[in-house]
Amino acid sequence: MAARTDMRRYAGFGLTTALCLTILYVPLAVIAVYSFNDNRSITAWSGFSLRWYADVFTGPEAPIFQAAAWNSLSIAALASTAATLIALSAAVAMTRGGRFRGRGASYALISLPLMVPEIVTAVATLVFFTAIGVRTGYGTILVAHITFCIPFAYLPIAARMQGIEESYELAARDLYASRWQAFRLILLPLMMPGIISGWLLAFIISLDDFIITNFVKGAGMETLPTAIFGSVKQGIKPNIMAISTLMLLVSVVFVTLSYLANRIGQKTR
Amino acid sequence: MAAAPDTSGSVATGWRSLAVPLMLPTWLVIGLFLLVPVALMGVYSVLTKDFRGGVVWEFSLAAYDQFFVTRGLFGDEPPQIEWTYIAIFWRSIWQAALATLLCLLIGFPTAWFIATRSPRHRALWVFLITVPYWVNLLIRTVSLRFLLRDQGPLNEGLMAIGVIDAPLRIINTDVAVQLGLFYSYLPFMVLPIYAAVERYNFALSEAARDLYAGPWTTLREIVLPVVKPGIVAGCILVFVPSLGAFLAPDLLGGAKTYMIGSLIDEQFRGSMGNWPFGAAVAMILLTLVLLVLLWQARAAGRERR
Amino acid sequence: MRQAIGIDRVVKRYGAFEALKGVSLSIADNEFFTLLGPSGCGKTTLLRTIAGFEDVTAGAIALYGENIAALPPEKRPVNTVFQQYALFPHMTVRDNVAFGLRMQGVALTERRARAAEMLELVHLSDFAERLPTQLSGGQQQRVALARALAPRPRVLLLDEPLSALDLKLRQAMRVELKQLQETTGITFVFVTHDQEEALAMSDRIAVMSNGEVQQVGDPRTIYEAPVNRFVADFIGETNVLPVMVDAVADGRARITLPGGHVLTTDALEGLAPGAHHVSIRPERLSLATADADLTVRVERVIYLGTDLQLLARLADGTPIVTRLQNSSRNELPPAGADVGLTVEAGAARLLLD
Repeated sequence: MAARTDMRRYAGFGLTTALCLTILYVPLAVIAVYSFNDNRSITAWSGFSLRWYADVFTGPEAPIFQAAAWNSLSIAALASTAATLIALSAAVAMTRGGRFRGRGASYALISLPLMVPEIVTAVATLVFFTAIGVRTGYGTILVAHITFCIPFAYLPIAARMQGIEESYELAARDLYASRWQAFRLILLPLMMPGIISGWLLAFIISLDDFIITNFVKGAGMETLPTAIFGSVKQGIKPNIMAISTLMLLVSVVFVTLSYLANRIGQKTR
Repeated sequence: MAAAPDTSGSVATGWRSLAVPLMLPTWLVIGLFLLVPVALMGVYSVLTKDFRGGVVWEFSLAAYDQFFVTRGLFGDEPPQIEWTYIAIFWRSIWQAALATLLCLLIGFPTAWFIATRSPRHRALWVFLITVPYWVNLLIRTVSLRFLLRDQGPLNEGLMAIGVIDAPLRIINTDVAVQLGLFYSYLPFMVLPIYAAVERYNFALSEAARDLYAGPWTTLREIVLPVVKPGIVAGCILVFVPSLGAFLAPDLLGGAKTYMIGSLIDEQFRGSMGNWPFGAAVAMILLTLVLLVLLWQARAAGRERR
Repeated sequence: MRQAIGIDRVVKRYGAFEALKGVSLSIADNEFFTLLGPSGCGKTTLLRTIAGFEDVTAGAIALYGENIAALPPEKRPVNTVFQQYALFPHMTVRDNVAFGLRMQGVALTERRARAAEMLELVHLSDFAERLPTQLSGGQQQRVALARALAPRPRVLLLDEPLSALDLKLRQAMRVELKQLQETTGITFVFVTHDQEEALAMSDRIAVMSNGEVQQVGDPRTIYEAPVNRFVADFIGETNVLPVMVDAVADGRARITLPGGHVLTTDALEGLAPGAHHVSIRPERLSLATADADLTVRVERVIYLGTDLQLLARLADGTPIVTRLQNSSRNELPPAGADVGLTVEAGAARLLLD
């Protein structure tokens, strides 16, 4: 349609979008590109090399990063699984439970971790564990992660559930299925794309977390983000860029998987 | 997030009686590990600082006193308003507001553009916009720092093509922090506006044009008021996190750009820290945020009527 | 009569799909002109090209002699009443109505006066301060009307404005709209798929199908003298019968009906003898008292209150529908009986194939 008749067209908006995407991707692209820089110094480019990636796995700092990676990944896996189960339970209650007592408060509660600024959550969590005398470390990180992952797991699951009509379950019950059977055989399979999407989202959120983790990790251990931060404070080194690029890739892969899970879900509605 | 969706469960599916037990795990976890801690933090803000770090369980308003009041260098002068910390808050509010404005100026056209693509392509555009968000914020901030450094690619590039002679001093300035905040939270501005524009009824634009309004007048008079809820949501989603941000000011700014996040963080580092004070600042920040959210909820409620 | 809108061989293509295939129409000043047709026939597309929301692939659109095809909507002195009203939700009724005037630069006091005048015209003066969401469908429709009339356009375009209303309201609005057009003297171009509506309100109707104009004429002509099968079928009920044309002379044609009976009827221009079709409206058939034009076997008689609908078949199986007035003097033939029908003089209309 000609510009004069198209209600959707505004001059300069397309350009701004291109600018926006450029701004979003350029820093990441730069880091990725320079992670292949053969040069020890991060300023001049001297050729393509994978040495920094090797350094990450075998260099002097490798043990630190490996331990940090193990911590990050295991915490993320555990936290996202726990958060997804809890979120699943909550989603069933919120979307199928009707107007039960405390429904409004429950909704506010689920949103709470999203409303409270991260640094406030960090301080509060640290204070809590100190006050009850629990030593900070792996366990405290895990618990904190589960808590703030719940809303992220909840959103895709609830969205998916809302799209599933009640009539499927009613039909199953009409055909003599028990409540549990209807859930297991009808609802659960239909919800699966949402559950997978929620799990993936929670995983990334946990993997990426810095502020809260930094506060409640105590002295002894590191996760990938805190290790990277500590290292960056001493100056950006090339192996940091290699690790960053690796984490970048992991994030992109996970988000793409989550997106695909949703798309497949659309087709089986 | 919008108000709780209303889907009244039918009795036949039998979930109603299980609703409360099903919510229990959520209540336990979030209640115990978020609500209680925040309340505890409030309590800590009125305790006494322990010289070894941590607290002594004695009631004291010293933390709030330190924040708001100054009694001179030696503590013996008559009390006056302490501007230092208020200034930090004020600067943080300014930074957050500017970042929000920047996100709005770039985010609105972007959201509009994406929302007006054909349905087939729209999902792809949304995907492109959100992917950077899912990359670790720390990494994104680090990459920005790398890019903007004196010897970084941006300066190198600009000097190479002769636009500038000496590197632009960007790191350690307010501008860098602005860029950092903008970069961190841009998708939060784009997505709610996108959702609002997607629901927008373009017949309204047609009606406006039919009644002699030009395209930009139509945007100003008709489109913006109608998609306002999306814009407000986007602004809140950028403003609130920016207010308490830590990474952008810490990695991109310097002493001159000290913000609330850094102030709080400092209070919990080692034995130089001041836990009650840190807790107090965090409480003040939380109060500020809750006020903003409350104001927005009220405004949205009024509009619905 | 001055020509208000001249549509000259307008073509509108969306990619490979042709929504308008070379449409030409002339709409007169102060006329209530209706574009009638089933969904997808192009009537709304045509309306939107006049309004300026779509541009034409080929052809010209003239408004009182001026070619407007290149002008954006805000530069055309035509206004539209939208099917879903498109009232601005964040403005009061009064501000909605005054919007066009504001865009034209009319001063505040005059705007308010004119808006009040318009609201008076549509009987909504008490609702000036309300928001659109607080109004019923019928009230919203009238606000949309007032808003489009306020800037005193030369032509008013109405895109199925009554389709969202319930029956009683629709019928009341038909009268109101007609009166409004007569009072204001503005040319109305009205789009609808409801043929009863078109017949009731229009000065002239253009029947459209598949992007083409099938017939243009006043309601009486469209109903009683349809030119082709589509128009005959689309407007009201009809019986379409195959006939043989034997002779054509002096504008009259001699035709043989199925079953053998011969009639004379008006011929079409350039008609050649041979096999053709005629359209006979059900209410123009009656039970034969003497010689029958058609012999049918009755299948069913349906009681409709005001009339009786007789469903029957010719010997070759062709269905025939007859409408009889419900008066006590009609003896109803039983199902299965063979009866004779008389075709009223002039009722058999030859159709262009």
